[in-house]
Amino acid sequence: MPSLIDLRRRVRAVKNTQQITKAMKMVAASKLRRAQERIMNARPYAVQMQRVLSNVAGRVDPSIHPLLTERPLGPDSKTLVIVVTADKGLCGSFNTNAIKGATSYVAGNSQPCTLGLVGRKGREYFARRDYAVAFEQVNIFHRLQGDDARVIAKLAIDAFTNGEVDRVMLVYNEFKSVISQRVVVDQLLPISREDVDAGATAPVDGEPQVDYLYEPSPEAIFHALLPRFVAVQIYRALLESNAAFFAAQMTAMDTAVKNSSEMIASLTLYMNKVRQAAITREIIEVVSGAEAL
Amino acid sequence: MALPTTLHLHIASSDRSLVDETVDEVQIPGVQGYFGVLPGHTPLLAQLSVGDLWYRQGSETHHLAMAYGFAEVQPDRVTILAETAESADEIDEARAEAAKRRAEERLRIPNADIDIDRASVALKKAIVRIQVSQRARAGV
Repeated sequence: MPSLIDLRRRVRAVKNTQQITKAMKMVAASKLRRAQERIMNARPYAVQMQRVLSNVAGRVDPSIHPLLTERPLGPDSKTLVIVVTADKGLCGSFNTNAIKGATSYVAGNSQPCTLGLVGRKGREYFARRDYAVAFEQVNIFHRLQGDDARVIAKLAIDAFTNGEVDRVMLVYNEFKSVISQRVVVDQLLPISREDVDAGATAPVDGEPQVDYLYEPSPEAIFHALLPRFVAVQIYRALLESNAAFFAAQMTAMDTAVKNSSEMIASLTLYMNKVRQAAITREIIEVVSGAEAL
Repeated sequence: MALPTTLHLHIASSDRSLVDETVDEVQIPGVQGYFGVLPGHTPLLAQLSVGDLWYRQGSETHHLAMAYGFAEVQPDRVTILAETAESADEIDEARAEAAKRRAEERLRIPNADIDIDRASVALKKAIVRIQVSQRARAGV
């Protein structure tokens, strides 16, 4: 039977841990709020961009642009899989889910894959295993900016345009709600025609579609827009993943707080029983000692 | 169809929406030079460069420093998609001065390690920031 002092020490240890998890939960909640705000703030830009892109796409021959060209996938054509994980842990199955999503995609793909790793947790996992890694981006989430997305977009676009890979996929945790995150696998390159056309406004009857003046030319604008579009998509995925991370962390920490409360309750109960047993024993000793006299 | 008398200006950079207001006049830094937009402008889609974007509401003028992006102009509406943009009162002039000096320093001593394009863009951005902030203070 453990001694009373040992039990008391354990209760104190659990209480300390609970305090930490409680604080982490609170921090995650406030960071989540900010992350959600950033998603909202980034939305108008993405929406307008899509609209402008669809608008121009209708006016130029989009098949000429390399980022839109679908290449036939042979047995030796490669796929670049960009995996977005977090830099930190203590967030339940958040990182594991993204990694699992990526590995099952790679395993289910008949062509060889190389990986682009965003976030330290993904790097830690894949570096120790037998995967071809094209690039790594770590420690970007504590200060996430549009530039980070642009760097990744450039790496992906370069690999795609110089023929190293024939397809680029993006695996990340989508922020569905505070309690649910979902791993999604999106095709990033080549940009699909549906993505380009999604923002087109249906022509209203009797109102002719406006014809724009272009400065410099529709082609030039189109060519400048597409890489930006890729960067915006990556940026959105990073923001989503960031928000999903804090949501997952908040949930995980909430569970930890609840579990530690339970643990404290059961430990305290046990401790009291031990204490009671000790008292009873002492009384018996005294009584039987007195009887013996 | 009557011409609209005001413009709705919407400026969004990749991480936030900066301006969403009704204005009377906008001047935009296009890649082929600055252009002004008044209500009733013909539809235009332009690629943008580094520069001072200003808009006027009545007699009040607001300046923004912006770099790259796109502008969509409709007779009653202007949408700016800027890669980066900041309003005059957000600019830290001392920092811009420092950035300007640093970029000039880099460009003066050419060596292989220096990305000339990057340095000159940085210089341009710094100059625009300083200009915007000074103009906003002078109230022009």
